[in-house]
Amino acid sequence: MLSLAAGILIGAVAIAPGDVIAALLGGGDGPSATIVRELRLPRVLAAALVGGALAVAGALLQGLLRNPLADPYVTGTSAGGALGAVAAIAFLGPGGGALIPVCAFAGALLAVMLTWRLARIGGRTTVLAVLLAGIALSAFAGSLITVLLVASDRLALRLRAVIDVLVGSVSVRGNAELVVAAIVVGAGLVGALMLAPRIDAYAFGEETAAALGIDTQRVALAILLVTALLAGAAVALAGLVGFVGLVVPHALRAVLGAAHRRLVAASFLAGAAALVLADLGARSAFAPAELPVGVVTGLVGGPFFVALLARQRRMLA
Amino acid sequence: MLHGIDVELHPGAVVAILGPNGAGKSTLLRTLAGMLAPVAGAVALDGVPLATLSRAAIARRIAVVPQVLELLFPFTVREIVGLGRTAYLGWLGTPSPTDRAAVDRALAELELEPLAGRRIDAVSGGERQRAVLAMALAQEAEVLLLDEPTVHLDPAHQRATMLLLRALARGRGLAVAAVLHDLNLAAAGADRVVLLVAGRVAADGPPSDVLRQDTIDAAFGEGLRVLEVDQDRVVVPLRT
Repeated sequence: MLSLAAGILIGAVAIAPGDVIAALLGGGDGPSATIVRELRLPRVLAAALVGGALAVAGALLQGLLRNPLADPYVTGTSAGGALGAVAAIAFLGPGGGALIPVCAFAGALLAVMLTWRLARIGGRTTVLAVLLAGIALSAFAGSLITVLLVASDRLALRLRAVIDVLVGSVSVRGNAELVVAAIVVGAGLVGALMLAPRIDAYAFGEETAAALGIDTQRVALAILLVTALLAGAAVALAGLVGFVGLVVPHALRAVLGAAHRRLVAASFLAGAAALVLADLGARSAFAPAELPVGVVTGLVGGPFFVALLARQRRMLA
Repeated sequence: MLHGIDVELHPGAVVAILGPNGAGKSTLLRTLAGMLAPVAGAVALDGVPLATLSRAAIARRIAVVPQVLELLFPFTVREIVGLGRTAYLGWLGTPSPTDRAAVDRALAELELEPLAGRRIDAVSGGERQRAVLAMALAQEAEVLLLDEPTVHLDPAHQRATMLLLRALARGRGLAVAAVLHDLNLAAAGADRVVLLVAGRVAADGPPSDVLRQDTIDAAFGEGLRVLEVDQDRVVVPLRT
């Protein structure tokens, strides 16, 4: 809540808190009210949705893969979604805007299923296999995006949209987009909460999960679907935003324990708050110029990832 | 590979599965648990083939105690025991009062109540072993399968585990089967011993029938001596 308030109160144009509240309640029609209602509020809500979705997706992936280094970005899920989104922009033209989220979901689903399959070669998932699969997928998706960029005339005209996808930016294009994303992320969150106790059963690995009564094929598929739904929505809204899904569940687990229902709920709230703050940093640091929010999360999350990796060296061997 | 195996488990009895490395002990256990499907033949529970049951239906009747390796995530003892109720979860995945009662009973039976809120990585190896055993009890299955349940425990805790398994078999009427490496532990704790050699049952019977010099020599080669101490069989390694 605090970070939501801060995100709305602070901006490139200074507006008095009283005016902000008045604008939110529907009063005032000056430029300040317009800035608050049409720029800041949608942007803060978008950042909250994206951060919450990525953190929940990260919690699901970490639980399923039994790997604290997993999240949509590291596993290549987001890159798959970005490829889907860019492909939609390239092939469908301006009228295809509504299909961007669908294509992002499809790309994310394909990528996360591939990572899951690749990571399980040899029977059990290891930290290293997940990371390698993610690197390979991200690089491959990145290359395909470049091919699309060069080959498609249409993309050259819509370069700004493509760059937004690639660097991670929560500049929202319309309220309809926000509403659709909120519904999708809400559905993903409910799915994640329902699956959470079954993810707990993976604590001792897949075979014990099966012995405890988990239909491991079906549950894994359900988890991957929900993950792709959340990651796809995040990519469609904000492009590639790294490390939120990695850092947030990991930090919360140390405080709240491992049970996934609590972890998923807390990850949504903390992920939302974290990305609103990151976006606030992104547009305040060099105001009035704006950094893409993906740059901020990369700057904060990159070192965190390296520190975590150093602590996992036992598991890499 | 296992061949021509015919093993029966009965309520109230502890069966130890013994044999040299690579004899197929764990494979037999996983086949009994329905994790591996036999190429030929079937595993049946009261005459019903496991292959026809869902994972959850099997889990409500057969509990498998995993080897306690290090856990990656910081679950509490109570949460670990609660995992035993996975097969009873409804659509929403919320535990029912019945589930909570089963967890409480399992915690009480293994005297884990004082530790229920502790993180599993903050308790001793013996306590962790009891926690996963309690998880299997919370499953309220009729069959309890264990793969080397004593592997990381000191001799006193090894004996305590075997006594506990026997008490559970008698008290709850469970059919218990455990893969063991320690022949003496099997002799002390099991009602019946199944000796596997190269994927076949070399001997099946009470410990005093199976742990004889000729069968041990045939299974493990020379170098082990079977002694009789107070009417119990003891197997000791020879110095030369």
